[in-house]
Amino acid sequence: MDWAYLFEISLTGLAGGGLYALAALAFVMVYKATRVVNIAIGEILMVGAYLFFTFSASFALPLWLAIPAAVLCCGLLGAVIERTIIRPLLGEPPISVFMVTVGLASVLVGLVEMIWTADQRRLPDFMPTQPIMIGEAFLAPKIFWGAVIAVVFIAVVLLVFRFWRGGVALRATASDQAAAYSMGINVPRVFSLAWVVSAMIAAVSGIIVGSIGGISSSMGIFGLSVLVVVIVGGLDSVLGALIGGLFIGLIEALAGAFLGGEYKLLSTFIMLVIVLMIRPYGLFGTREIERL
Amino acid sequence: MATHTPGSPAAPLLQVDGITLAFGGVKALNGVGFAVQPGSITAVIGPNGAGKTSLFNTISGFYRPAQGRILFEGRDISQVHAPQRAKLGLGRSFQNIALFRGMTVLDNIKLGRHAHLKTNVLDALFYMGRARREEAALRADIEERIIDFLEIDHIRHAPVSALPYGLQKRVEMARALAMQPKVLMLDEPVAGMNREETEDMARFILDVRAEWGVTVLMVEHDMGMVMDLSDHVVVLNFGQVIAQGTPTQVQADPEVIRAYLGSGDVGDLRQRLHAGLQNTAASAAVSADGVGVA
Amino acid sequence: MRIGTLKQSYVADAALFDSRTQKVWLAVAAALLCIFPFMASDYWLYLACLVSINVASATGLNILTGYTGLVSLGQAAFMGLGAYTVAILETRLGTPFILNLLAGGLVAMLGGIVVGIPSLRVKGLYLAIATIAASFIAHFLFANLALTGGTTGISMPPAKFFGLPLETSFRLYWVIVPVTLLLLLGAANLFRTRIGRAFIAIRDRDISAEVLGIPLLRYKLLSFGLSSFYAGVAGGLWAYFFRVVTPESFPLLMSIFFLAAIIVGGMGSILGAILGAVFMTMVPELLKLVVDLLPGGSELTVFLSPVRTIIFGLLIIGFLVFEPLGLAEVWRRIRRFFHLWPFRN
Repeated sequence: MDWAYLFEISLTGLAGGGLYALAALAFVMVYKATRVVNIAIGEILMVGAYLFFTFSASFALPLWLAIPAAVLCCGLLGAVIERTIIRPLLGEPPISVFMVTVGLASVLVGLVEMIWTADQRRLPDFMPTQPIMIGEAFLAPKIFWGAVIAVVFIAVVLLVFRFWRGGVALRATASDQAAAYSMGINVPRVFSLAWVVSAMIAAVSGIIVGSIGGISSSMGIFGLSVLVVVIVGGLDSVLGALIGGLFIGLIEALAGAFLGGEYKLLSTFIMLVIVLMIRPYGLFGTREIERL
Repeated sequence: MATHTPGSPAAPLLQVDGITLAFGGVKALNGVGFAVQPGSITAVIGPNGAGKTSLFNTISGFYRPAQGRILFEGRDISQVHAPQRAKLGLGRSFQNIALFRGMTVLDNIKLGRHAHLKTNVLDALFYMGRARREEAALRADIEERIIDFLEIDHIRHAPVSALPYGLQKRVEMARALAMQPKVLMLDEPVAGMNREETEDMARFILDVRAEWGVTVLMVEHDMGMVMDLSDHVVVLNFGQVIAQGTPTQVQADPEVIRAYLGSGDVGDLRQRLHAGLQNTAASAAVSADGVGVA
Repeated sequence: MRIGTLKQSYVADAALFDSRTQKVWLAVAAALLCIFPFMASDYWLYLACLVSINVASATGLNILTGYTGLVSLGQAAFMGLGAYTVAILETRLGTPFILNLLAGGLVAMLGGIVVGIPSLRVKGLYLAIATIAASFIAHFLFANLALTGGTTGISMPPAKFFGLPLETSFRLYWVIVPVTLLLLLGAANLFRTRIGRAFIAIRDRDISAEVLGIPLLRYKLLSFGLSSFYAGVAGGLWAYFFRVVTPESFPLLMSIFFLAAIIVGGMGSILGAILGAVFMTMVPELLKLVVDLLPGGSELTVFLSPVRTIIFGLLIIGFLVFEPLGLAEVWRRIRRFFHLWPFRN
């Protein structure tokens, strides 16, 4: 057993997991506030990456402009999505909302293909290129820095949720809108905010992921792994997004290294099935009780 | 716990023994036990949150009690699954109407007979033959015995979601009857009904007992209904049986009075209890057979 | 206006087509279906077969998702199971195609039952996500087993009807359409019986359904099994139609297509599955027609694929937001209008 290799792979996996965690965070944000399972999270992430591409490559804006511009535009997209297709479906069975996000994913992929074609593109480099060595293990610099950014974001959001009363407001609107309203919480505004923040986080995630592996109209497949991450971690748990992300990242890296590349997605999904069977609400999710 | 037993009864149709049901740390039911005689109308009453619906759900098989057992026709059915209990003859209506909104009145009622029907998948796909015969026989039976009886023929093809509350409750009852129950468990059959609807329902319940020989076990808050209809009353409070006996015995029971007046629930009962209290003071003790006071 | 619909017996009341006008329309439709293949061009025959296969599969999905309320994104995977079974049997054993189709249905049914096992523990969206996982696992198996020919898949000879090879759309039409009609009839019959009612009860209120006498797990598995049987047969027909089965033939996107079809058509109604499948199959074709007709159309064809994707998504969103009961509801409204015409209400 080549421990050094195992260590290296694990490290890469964990770092990749950090990226999953960031995207998962975007997902959890929306679910926590609005109970919506947004299957289009991968596609929103993709749009964020493409926006960055447009701003930095096509418009040749400097990085310190391009990144915020992309993130903000993506946030705007989130607001538009919430207002036009999510809000009208308030009160409909969750499966309808889920299917609407499926439709959304399709629309976003089509739009991206139409505007930028289906070709794969590279994002301009903006991260330090020095290889990272931890002991004897090599870690690709982009992955390392991406993970660092991801973890910082997650930590910030965790703190915000813990200590800002807006975090409580978010949870209140998710569990009982009428009660939240009567408590003086501006429910529609909370919904919009959740989607805007979620889209912005997704954009950051997209930029990082795009920087590592390039962007294409099929980037959204990333969203499937994110889905597994949030199931494992718990649909409404920020901590779960982090732990779940790291865990799935690790599993994928190990499967890829020791079994072969095509086993990556398979092992992720087998993990999903296992978790669904033994702990369907995930590691940190809140259990839902049924009454007769 | 005060029990006033009349003469020696026949073997009970349904018996609940020492049922304890807990959710986390909260005991919804604590050592609940009583018997339901065949052909009787038994009412389970008690303040809100006393555990009445939990009791029904346990008898139905939806909840697994931590302790205790349930006997039906002398047989221990504690380990029997809910669908099987329905087949054995435990019919049920629900507190908040549980009709299936995607179906018409007729289909909802037909659904009640599900456990007794024999059509399997292949029969169903082919339809001509066994499925068609069974469906026709079912329809005829329901029309003649249930729809006529409950006077809902004018709405049989209506989607249940379009019906007013009172009629929905009646359809619930119809569906419960379609289950060919030996014991009919009605959870608040007249909740939210006006005087007229309540009287209609009371009449249906008495007719069901008289014409069908069905034993009735009901949860009810309407004290008029309870006093007029029941042969036996079980009073629950905080998950325990605090009294049982005939309606007259129970309404004079000091424990019951304390439970109800303490929560300030039912105005009608207050008056009756007050009258009962005065009579109790006048004649020193309740007579053994429970008859004669108030 | 619709009059004279009094029924004299309960059996008559339960019939599928009860009024005389309906029976007349039915006869007309049957006649049209028989004449059509002789009048239509190859292209339209091709479309008819494709539509028919999609109707069969959508009907299966409707049983599971529309009527029983169990959302599944695994329909394509079950079709794949059916298709591969048919391909393997045809290439290795050369058994008659009817048998192969049946076998395809049965294998898919088994797959469906296995996938349905978690459905007691896992509900709603979690189940939907589990079916996505099942899809991927199926895809992995298709691509990596020697039996299924790996990534190249299997090419197969045409079905043979007493020696006559069914190579053209014309010939296949006479297999595909009747099989689809049988499947439709079966589904319609199902919902006149206790099995169908049980499915609907599970969708509307499964906990109460159990207390009323319906064993949940058994019926959920039955629903999975039945709907995947339909998918398997549809997959088998697909295999005989396209004659090449590869792991990429049944992607997750196809499952989404079928889910969209029943949403657009109207979940929980037999007509809905038909309308939805027809609509969703024809929309891309219509799009192609429109693009061909537009001036400067040849430049626009490069946009055909993304526009199709966008329209697909917009249809799903549009119907869910504006007409959640689907085309079937639109049809019902039209019918009601004509039933009452010349009166208004």
